[in-house]
Amino acid sequence: MNSGIQLEFYLVMATVMFFTGVYGFLTRRNLITMLMSVELILNSVNINFLAFNRYLFPGKLEGHFFSLFVIAVAAAEAAVAIAIIINIYRRFTTINVEDVNQMKY
Amino acid sequence: MEANEIMFAIFAIVIVVFSVLTVTSRRILRAATSLLIVLIATAGLYFLLNYQFMAAVQLTLYAGGIVVLIIFSILLTSQISHKFERIEAKKAIFSALAAVAGAVVVITTILDHSFSAGTAAAAEIDMHLIGRSLLETGPDGYVLPFEVISILLVAAMIGAIVIAKKGSPHKDEPAK
Amino acid sequence: MTDFGYTTWILIIPFVTFLVLSLFGMRLKGLPAGLAGTFSLGVVTLLSWYTAIAYFSGGGFSGGGFQKIVAANAVWLNLSDHLHIDVGVLLDPISVMMLVVISTVSLMVHIYSLGYMKGEKGFERYYAFLSLFTFSMMGLVVATNIFQMYIFWELVGVSSYLLIGFYYDRPSAVAASKKAFIVTRFADMGFLVGILILSFTTKTFDFVTLTDLSGPAITSTGGAVFMGMSLMTWSMIFIFIGGAGKSAMFPLHIWLPDAMEGPTPVSALIHAATMVVAGVFLVARMFPVYYFTAPEALHIIAWVGAVSSLFAAVIALVQTDIKRVLAYSTISQIGYMIFSLGVSGYGGHDGLGYMASNWHLFNHAMFKALLFLGAGSVIHAVHSNNMGDMGGLRRYMPVTNITFLIACLTIAGVPPLSGFFSKDEILTAAFHHNKVLFAIEYAVAGLTAFYMFRLYFSVFHGHDRHYHHTPHESPATMTVPLIILAFGSVFAGFLPFSSLVTSDGVPFESHIEWSIAIPSVAVGLLGIGLAWVMYKKETALPERMASLFRHGYNWAYNKFYIDEVYIFITKKIIFRRISQPVAWFDRHIVDGTMNGIADVTQSVSSMIKGLQSGQLQKYGYVFISGVIVLAIVFIYLVK
Repeated sequence: MNSGIQLEFYLVMATVMFFTGVYGFLTRRNLITMLMSVELILNSVNINFLAFNRYLFPGKLEGHFFSLFVIAVAAAEAAVAIAIIINIYRRFTTINVEDVNQMKY
Repeated sequence: MEANEIMFAIFAIVIVVFSVLTVTSRRILRAATSLLIVLIATAGLYFLLNYQFMAAVQLTLYAGGIVVLIIFSILLTSQISHKFERIEAKKAIFSALAAVAGAVVVITTILDHSFSAGTAAAAEIDMHLIGRSLLETGPDGYVLPFEVISILLVAAMIGAIVIAKKGSPHKDEPAK
Repeated sequence: MTDFGYTTWILIIPFVTFLVLSLFGMRLKGLPAGLAGTFSLGVVTLLSWYTAIAYFSGGGFSGGGFQKIVAANAVWLNLSDHLHIDVGVLLDPISVMMLVVISTVSLMVHIYSLGYMKGEKGFERYYAFLSLFTFSMMGLVVATNIFQMYIFWELVGVSSYLLIGFYYDRPSAVAASKKAFIVTRFADMGFLVGILILSFTTKTFDFVTLTDLSGPAITSTGGAVFMGMSLMTWSMIFIFIGGAGKSAMFPLHIWLPDAMEGPTPVSALIHAATMVVAGVFLVARMFPVYYFTAPEALHIIAWVGAVSSLFAAVIALVQTDIKRVLAYSTISQIGYMIFSLGVSGYGGHDGLGYMASNWHLFNHAMFKALLFLGAGSVIHAVHSNNMGDMGGLRRYMPVTNITFLIACLTIAGVPPLSGFFSKDEILTAAFHHNKVLFAIEYAVAGLTAFYMFRLYFSVFHGHDRHYHHTPHESPATMTVPLIILAFGSVFAGFLPFSSLVTSDGVPFESHIEWSIAIPSVAVGLLGIGLAWVMYKKETALPERMASLFRHGYNWAYNKFYIDEVYIFITKKIIFRRISQPVAWFDRHIVDGTMNGIADVTQSVSSMIKGLQSGQLQKYGYVFISGVIVLAIVFIYLVK
């Protein structure tokens, strides 16, 4: 079924997505957009795992379940992150990451 | 060119273009929408890989849950009409540098490595198999991660509720 | 051999007295403190005399000569197998003689001070310090090893400092005590260097081993040579430097005249009879080592002694402060003793200089203490030190007059008083050794007679000055010691000294060499006569002589400007050239380095703490960069 698509295509594409997420995390000022970048990163990782599972270990299911659990964790983490963002908004009326810098020297 | 190659090309282009849009868009709602499209395209990729369950989970949880959550938070923090300023050049360049460098390193590593394709027969993934694997304790069983994830989800739920609830008046200091 | 273990009490008693008087002096205010000190010293004197009689009447005699007996010895500091510092009591002819001298003179001073220091503030402190001094000096003379001697040497210096600066509210006294301590301390640096070189070469501190003729110190010839002289010679010279400082030899004599700021009994005890002879005692103690391994050092010693005695005698000619005349006289007489050691040989009659030096030390202690105590009696009556304020006192103070006259005759070398005998033996030893040195000392004998009688006639003869109240004779506590010391001055000459104290312990027969004795008596009488003519009746002759030799007079009156030279060297050279750069270095470079390190630490830390900026994206950036770098390192560089 996947005769024409080589593994490397999946991997390179996932890499591009990953580093786009990294760029977004480092650049964006809004906390929510940073969270969106983190979701991009997690997704790229999922694609990687499933590609490996399909191409290198077709008989096993480890990559599949790993991805499943990654999605579960991502959901939990997004929930907690939103809770924190809302709390920060309540306290500082801003969700600009550069304004939330009290934990410094 | 076969059909799945074309499909793959479409999905790949969509993912790349819209992820770039997510991180560079100046309106937050447009960024959220781009994220949604990326997630849907990823689900499409999963269908291509013949992991239907994963694709379903992706659509349900990610596209249907997390993106909605994000949009709610945008509303709750009154950001919806906010237009972002331009990013300062220094920050953008350094981040781009780091990202590009990382990408180059990883891609060259990937292309250098020769992956030997697995030779085992593809396992038929159906719901029975998944369900049984999740609850098995043997070598192919994933009951331990399953239980751990359950606890994690409970903790996350409780934590999110505790963090986000409106505290008693003396705990909340006046905002700066 | 008789057991001399009780001699440790001679050291213990004064020390305990010092502790008691210093700790409880306030409770024993006044006379009880003085009586306590005097009583304890009386006990010590009895013990010393008893030891001397026991030793010299046979207790210490064996094998043809008087032996060194170690009465007690304890290891105090055990530094290694070969090196240990002991504390103990060593008895030999010179140390027993010194015990007698120190305890007797100290007892006289204690009794005298009961009257002289009566009513003074700090009376108890005075007696405590006197006991401390006695203890230190005794410990010095009975030391079994050179390091113990050094320790007590320093203690003696401390006692001297405390006693010179006794009137601590007088700036001149404080300055004088500091000067004494610093000058002697400076000389003691040389002493310590000498000790170290000596112990390095001979591997021992112990006197018995060092002066043993078959021991390692004397038989080890050869060894390292440094700048033309052997190490032993260098060490002996350095040790002599320490002795020269304590004995106020030129050019380290500057502290002794200033030390007259202390109370007069202190001057009598410390700066006439006992402490200042410590240098002589040191050379005498180390004499075998000097003679056999460092004869060049003996040569230097003889010249230093001769020059010092001439120098001091010239200055004493023109001084007007009665105590200063006596101080310079002390320097001159100690110069005689040191010089006598320098021209001495070893063994039997050759060691005449050694015997004469010690005899003169014994006699000098008595007549110089007598002179000082007599001067104190005069000062007490007239309330001034200046000779110009004194005159005609023989009418008011008969006892002081007679005893002072006896002392002056003794120092001038008039027979049959004690000074004649010891001075004659010194001149005999000099004549047979070096005619030039003999000539110098011969001239000094004449000068001595002249200035002493100048002093006597000016103070006790002539017409009365304008006195505040009629001077009267001093109380009995002050005159009795004068009388006792006068007896000593008269009769000490008849002691058979050469059968008691000799260079190798073997007694010999000494006789008067009339070919030298008669000229020396003649020059002494000449000096007395000249002083009689100039000073007995008040004439204008002294002023005419002074204006005739105006330059010489000024130079001598200003002590040849030696003090000014010292101040110049210290201020302009040492302070400006050496101390100030060193201080600058310390302030700017040493402190600067410390401050610099602190500043650098602070600036580095403020740079580093900038990393904790609170900026989340900066943390993320550093994190990602680190991961990429590590990935590159591990993939491409670590193969």
